[in-house]
Amino acid sequence: MQRSADDRLFRLMTGAFAALVLVIVIGIGYELWAQSVLSIQKFGWSFWTGRTWDPVAGDFGALPFIWGTIYSSLLALILSTPIALGIAIFISELSPRSLRQPLGYLTELLAAIPSIVYGLWGIFVLVPIVRKAEILLPDPLRKLPLFSGAPLGVGMGAAGLILAIMVVPYTSSVAREILKNVPVAQREAAYALGSTRWEAIKVAIGYGKTGIIGAIMLGLGRALGETMAVTMVIGNAPQVSLSLYAPQYTMAAVIANEFTEAAEELYLHALIEIGLLLFVITIVVNILSRLLIWSTRRRAPNVVAVPPVVEEEEAAA
Amino acid sequence: MSVTIDMERMAPPLEESAAKISVRNFDFYYGDAKVLHGISLEIPDRQVTALIGPSGCGKSTFIRSINRMNDIIPEARATGSIIIDGRDIYGPGTDVVALRRRVGMVFQKSNPFPKSIYDNVAYGLRIGGMRRKRDLDAVVEKSLVRAALWDEVKDRLHASAFALSGGQQQRLCIARALAVDPEIVLMDEPASALDPIATTKIEELIWELKSNYTIVIVTHNMQQAARVSDRTAFFMLGRLVESGDTRNIFMNPQEKMTEDYVTGRFG
Amino acid sequence: MTYAVRRRTISKVAESLCAVAVVLALLPLVLILGYVIAHGLTALNWAFFTQTPKPVGETGGGMANAIVGTLVLIGLAALFAVPVGCICGIHLAEYPTSRFSALVRFAADVLNGVPSIVIGIFAYGIVVLPVKRFSALAGGVALGLLMIPIVVRTTEELLRLVPPGLREGALALGATRTRAVFTVIVPSALPGIMTGVLVATARVAGETAPLLFTSFNNHFWSTSLMQPIASLTVQVFTYAISPYEDWHRQAWAGAFLLVMIILALSIVARLAIRGLERMNRP
Repeated sequence: MQRSADDRLFRLMTGAFAALVLVIVIGIGYELWAQSVLSIQKFGWSFWTGRTWDPVAGDFGALPFIWGTIYSSLLALILSTPIALGIAIFISELSPRSLRQPLGYLTELLAAIPSIVYGLWGIFVLVPIVRKAEILLPDPLRKLPLFSGAPLGVGMGAAGLILAIMVVPYTSSVAREILKNVPVAQREAAYALGSTRWEAIKVAIGYGKTGIIGAIMLGLGRALGETMAVTMVIGNAPQVSLSLYAPQYTMAAVIANEFTEAAEELYLHALIEIGLLLFVITIVVNILSRLLIWSTRRRAPNVVAVPPVVEEEEAAA
Repeated sequence: MSVTIDMERMAPPLEESAAKISVRNFDFYYGDAKVLHGISLEIPDRQVTALIGPSGCGKSTFIRSINRMNDIIPEARATGSIIIDGRDIYGPGTDVVALRRRVGMVFQKSNPFPKSIYDNVAYGLRIGGMRRKRDLDAVVEKSLVRAALWDEVKDRLHASAFALSGGQQQRLCIARALAVDPEIVLMDEPASALDPIATTKIEELIWELKSNYTIVIVTHNMQQAARVSDRTAFFMLGRLVESGDTRNIFMNPQEKMTEDYVTGRFG
Repeated sequence: MTYAVRRRTISKVAESLCAVAVVLALLPLVLILGYVIAHGLTALNWAFFTQTPKPVGETGGGMANAIVGTLVLIGLAALFAVPVGCICGIHLAEYPTSRFSALVRFAADVLNGVPSIVIGIFAYGIVVLPVKRFSALAGGVALGLLMIPIVVRTTEELLRLVPPGLREGALALGATRTRAVFTVIVPSALPGIMTGVLVATARVAGETAPLLFTSFNNHFWSTSLMQPIASLTVQVFTYAISPYEDWHRQAWAGAFLLVMIILALSIVARLAIRGLERMNRP
């Protein structure tokens, strides 16, 4: 009798702390909504399509920031994915065993560098390099909308570049795990049919395809929320532009820069509404990514080989 | 359909031998550990040769040496020769990729790719350069017929390979191996993960295949070896104890160890 | 080129490209750490560690208050995150299959993916807004929230690794569940849990965004919890975007110190993990 009362107390008390985590997440959503209500009421859906961000006039449209966030994150994905996959393939398939751990550790080191340090390096080292590259770009290319504008160094190009560097370790470490979990039998089957090494690697990638997409989405989630490094190199100008040269703005960056200057409530609420959108987008992306990664882990490769008892145990675990 | 073999890349021919595969004094090492000792064996063409012996005796290692699958293990090392059609595959200048098209392999646990049935069989053809749908269709059908699977899958060629039962998946793997038109088919305990009915189907298949292919099969099931093979080689602790006509090995073995094993005294 | 040769060439080229990818990724690592060490190390001086910032325009001064501020913030964060995270992790490990646990696990995963600036907004809403003042407490809460998911996950994973025989032994001796968990199971997993806390701390030590409008910044010496407080990260940011050469120099120094702190925490954590693995091997 005593024990079960204690059991119940234990469950309740520890459960309270666990519930706290749940409450926090719900609380964040609620708080963001409650603190942006003025802006939601005043602008409605036009908030997301409006291009003007005019704190003085009290006119707020968040399109430039959405554009900037999506553009910079897409750039980051395009640049980082091949490199991250290349690293994952190299470490898990090609490198000598002795190099695996050190290489893995070095890649993870990239993830350990704080955002502000990336930003500092970005301002003083990357931006001048980008500026030089922008100046050196041949004139005929400069006429394209992709490369139009004054070579300032700061801009979408620098932001995409620095985000790509920051995202690489996340995508590559998950991709490595996925590749590691591809059964050896798959590669053996490929080799036995006379595949070259690369062809066998392609078979492994095909097997882990879903998880690798999940890894890429994880990188996307990281890029969407990145604040400091981006705001230090992107130029912070709320404009919608295709040009890599043009200074632009992201959702996270505008919140970081203007939050403490928002004197009126409406201004603050507008910024927080942007935060709300960021919250929702990153949750969706992260959930999707986890689902994709999780689904590869659960795939039973050979129906015959897995005895039903083991599967039941796994399901219960 | 025949596959072009890069002749210049294979080792120069040695003395002629009547056997399809001629193993001469073959040693195999994992790092410092010697796992195969001086194996010498003749494997005749278009017959089924069974490799039997207790677990750990080296028969799997040996069969994987014939298509140099052990190459993918980092500390593996081999000395001696394995001569196929007069060329030593362990000689210098051997094109391993080309070798593996001539020597196909079926594994103990079926390992189809996560693709459709059609794409599994077509895999070897596509990496070999075959592009035209008409050609691929023809070979895929022929291979599935040869593997006694065609009737069961002809209406769902584009279904996932994982939708098949274990026995069907194994026959799919056989079809996949046959598609690249090998001359030799290696089978490492192909039926050990299957139920008795599926096993019987595989054994019947082997019997049919031997008229066109040289088959080497590893099995721990002596009855299976007796049913299916023409010749048998008995391995023990990394050595070849005895080899010969299957009937002789089972009914009139020369070595005592062989006799003990086939009568079930151990193993 | 025959088809066979072409395939072989493609394979070799592809493999080399993967090696190139590794170099391309390690290049920024070397560049960034190189610059941070080069510019930061040379900018470190005694003043940096002992003085507070000089007024705008004057050279000299240091980040002493920011260093202390970061330590205070991390300390506050750990104070919130460790109890909440650990006990939550304990619950998840003790009742792994309940629907409630699945929900909490999901929530922790969600929390892990929330951008730090959004967490900052939340902390602003619940700590800064009610008293209309920036505070170290708000910053600590923000950082603590960031730490919680990591602590939860590590605690749960480590507790599940504890051999079930340990729990059965304690219960067989008549211990209540609470006692068994807190006096036997948790202590046996404690080194690993602390490693998880170290890892979480390393992650939040470098955070800037959530502090911008919670703990804000403070040019003076202050450790008061209800006042704004300086931090290495925010100070580096302020200096980096300023037009002053001397402040830029100090920003590199701050960055260097930050990287050293995080590196030290990570190395200690990694050594601890390796030591644990060695201990647990029978």
